[in-house]
Amino acid sequence: MKINFSKIIIFSFVVFLISVFWMGLKNNNNYNTKNLTGSEISSFKLPSIYNGDIISDETLKQNQFTLINFFASWCAPCRLEHKYLIKLANHNKDIKILGINFKDKKKNVINFLNELDDPYDYVVEDQDGKTSILFGIYGIPETILINKELIIIKKIVGPIDKKQFEEILNFIQ
Amino acid sequence: MILKKILIIYFLLIFPLQSNEVNQELIEIYKNLRCLICQGQSVADSNSDFATTLKLVVQDQVEEGKTKKEIYDFLISKYGEWIVYQPPLNKNNFLLWFLPYFILALGGLIIFIIIRKSNNNKAN
Amino acid sequence: MLSNIGSTLIFCILSLSILIIYNSYVDIKIKNQLIKKSIYNLSLLQTTATVMSFFTLVAGFIFSDFSIVNVYENSHSDKPLFYKVAGTWGNHEGSLLLWINILVLFSYLFLIYNLKHNKKFRLYTLIFQNFLIIGFVIFLLLNSNPFSLIYPVPSEGLGLNPILQDPALAIHPPLLYVGFVGCSIYFSAAIGSMLSEYNGKRFALSIKPWVQISWVFQTLGITVGSIWAYYELGWGGFWFWDPVENASLLPWFAISALMHSVMVLEKRNTLYEWVIILCLLTFILSVMGTFLVRSGILNSVHTFASDPSRGLYILIFLSLMIFTSLIIFFKKRKKDEYNFNPNSKETFILANNWFMIFFLVTVLIGTLYPIFLDVLTNIKVSVGPPFYNIVIIPFVIPFLLLMAIGPQISWINSKKNYLLKTIYILGGALVINLFLFYFFGSYGFYSNLILIIATFLILHLIIDVKKSLKKKFEYPRIVSHLGFGFLVFFIGINYQHSVETDFNLRVGETQKLNNYEIFFENIKIEKNKNYKSVIGDFKIIDLKKNYVQYLSPEIRIYAKPETLTYEAAIKSRINSDLYLTMSNISRSDFYNIKFQNKPFMIWIWISALMIALGGVLQLMLKKNEN
Repeated sequence: MKINFSKIIIFSFVVFLISVFWMGLKNNNNYNTKNLTGSEISSFKLPSIYNGDIISDETLKQNQFTLINFFASWCAPCRLEHKYLIKLANHNKDIKILGINFKDKKKNVINFLNELDDPYDYVVEDQDGKTSILFGIYGIPETILINKELIIIKKIVGPIDKKQFEEILNFIQ
Repeated sequence: MILKKILIIYFLLIFPLQSNEVNQELIEIYKNLRCLICQGQSVADSNSDFATTLKLVVQDQVEEGKTKKEIYDFLISKYGEWIVYQPPLNKNNFLLWFLPYFILALGGLIIFIIIRKSNNNKAN
Repeated sequence: MLSNIGSTLIFCILSLSILIIYNSYVDIKIKNQLIKKSIYNLSLLQTTATVMSFFTLVAGFIFSDFSIVNVYENSHSDKPLFYKVAGTWGNHEGSLLLWINILVLFSYLFLIYNLKHNKKFRLYTLIFQNFLIIGFVIFLLLNSNPFSLIYPVPSEGLGLNPILQDPALAIHPPLLYVGFVGCSIYFSAAIGSMLSEYNGKRFALSIKPWVQISWVFQTLGITVGSIWAYYELGWGGFWFWDPVENASLLPWFAISALMHSVMVLEKRNTLYEWVIILCLLTFILSVMGTFLVRSGILNSVHTFASDPSRGLYILIFLSLMIFTSLIIFFKKRKKDEYNFNPNSKETFILANNWFMIFFLVTVLIGTLYPIFLDVLTNIKVSVGPPFYNIVIIPFVIPFLLLMAIGPQISWINSKKNYLLKTIYILGGALVINLFLFYFFGSYGFYSNLILIIATFLILHLIIDVKKSLKKKFEYPRIVSHLGFGFLVFFIGINYQHSVETDFNLRVGETQKLNNYEIFFENIKIEKNKNYKSVIGDFKIIDLKKNYVQYLSPEIRIYAKPETLTYEAAIKSRINSDLYLTMSNISRSDFYNIKFQNKPFMIWIWISALMIALGGVLQLMLKKNEN
């Protein structure tokens, strides 16, 4: 009797092990920080690149929605998503776009925005990149959509594509 | 005597070792953080941009007097448990920490039974 | 043309395996004691074909035959000859061919070195070994053929990752594979033993040398891998508890346990069932390890380029192996007679196994847990060095203690004398440790204990040497255990007393540390054959000893393929290594500098090699006996 019991346990364990390996092969979801969705953003204070005014989380409370976009002039994929930012800027809903310029030089950013058009309602600089950590950022570009209560509705890692753009539109309707 | 000779050699070998530098605690924290954009490297070992930024943040927090746990908790709240190499003890990781000791106890039990059987065999 | 030769030879191997299995099965039925000559011939032919296929691939690399996909993807005409050859096994397909070579070679060698053993046993072993061979050959043919062709033929290869162009890394895979794949033979032998009921002492004698050989090579393979990681990867460490590293350590624990248990089986004819379990477990762990490494299921700095279809094949093969061995095991097992003196060596060997399995299980759980959790709950956690250190280190202490006392047990004439001697040695260890304490202020509780116990073990063994000068058969054990004691000792000191610093510096600046001053003299740029290097010249002033060193770490920019590597500047000395790496910070004129002082690094390598040396001595002794 005892032997039969341990046989069953061992066989079940092996079947379990192999199933998990098999499932592990099939699902290859990469790491992302989607866990942040639903939480409130941290307080932050960053200076505007134009006039040195301080933009903070308080500033954003007046907006129905804010799209926080981490970008840099030296970042190639940032150029890919730029057209969606422009589209959102021209949208008639109450969504403001905050551009956080990451580890960049003021001169280069201004050239970048002149060249590609400026979709941002505010542009601030995060020179050493430390504020990005407050937002759970680990690469550029990354974008966060928040509501009036500063709750994160959506986090996009990498450049915004068509599908994500449409999702943002759905959220802000 | 042999023991004395060994002691002397030991003494000579150990003497040049020195005490630790100040920021060992920082390095210890860096070693426990994963570089999220690298393929399996800690922030201490990585030369990536993300590692550089994260080191600055950790330095600031240590200067502010935050404890290691507070720093880890903060980073976990932003990046998930994947960023720390020492899995925190919670209901997700309970099995991880518990199973090895369980197997150890189980092994001990099996050996105990074997030895007892062996004693019985000897007695017979 | 090479490709055709290679593919033909692979088909030969497959056909020969089938023939061998068939002929062996027929011969088993014949009730005599001699194996038919034809089976020997087939096996020899099989070995020849396999080795030739391997040399064919090597030739492809040497002559840069880019019509072969494998050569195209992993080689380049400009590569130095040595690395062209090493490129053969530095990729998935080539290393698989190397696996098959070892499987076949060991199959043949086991056949001819076991003439004195039971015929049924040898034939069943041969049959199952050939099932393994067929499994791998089919995998090779269907999924990972190193001889696949590409058309049109490219004019130049893609080159090999420059990090892999290193002498230590060139020999690390072959060494490790002889370990990993060598265990296949006693996996097959275990099944052969169960089916032919050729058990007990005779079985132990049959597999013992193979266990030892695979153990020596596994130890060497892991050591060389760590040495390479230390000198080449630029983080100053040599073991990261990375899943791929763990995959090589798991079989090592199993083989070590097996090596000890086989001795008990040989001397006391008991623990047969446990030895079988270990034999089966070891190769299962090897194949599982290769599954984890090559399937892409893990995230690691070591993984081969991954491909889920490979993973599927290996998983199927692994499942077949596990289920077959389990079914045969449960069908054929008999109750074991546990017949040994509880106060004897056997108990201590059981204790050794107990600890080995605990270490094994810890590393196994640590490695697999993130996969399980991710698959079942979609939560990602990391399990890294802190976990392994916390769980394993405390248990190294009793382990070393048992290692010191265990081998002495059978010669205890008077218990009281022994107790006195033990206290003496423990006292000596404590005194030595007091010196450490005195010089460095407090250090970790566990490090303290570990060093005491390691010293205890070392002293014990040294005194043992004096006693055992006449008994040659003790040398291997003393050397290996001494090596192990030293390894723990030096790693303990290294871990506790390494000085590691991390700071940013510009050219011309100086960083002041507690015991050092580091002056960033200048940066120079050099062009080499296939890379450009940015070299930093640093002057290190040792403030305590008024001693100056110059170190020049490099950043290398390769063109084919486009990679960046960081070459550490290392000064290895008798009592410590100085280690310096430099990396540039983007869009800044600061460089990130990591400076380390690491005590006793060379001794760590020497200790590890000593452990392997003990195994080699044991094999040599055995030869002399015969």
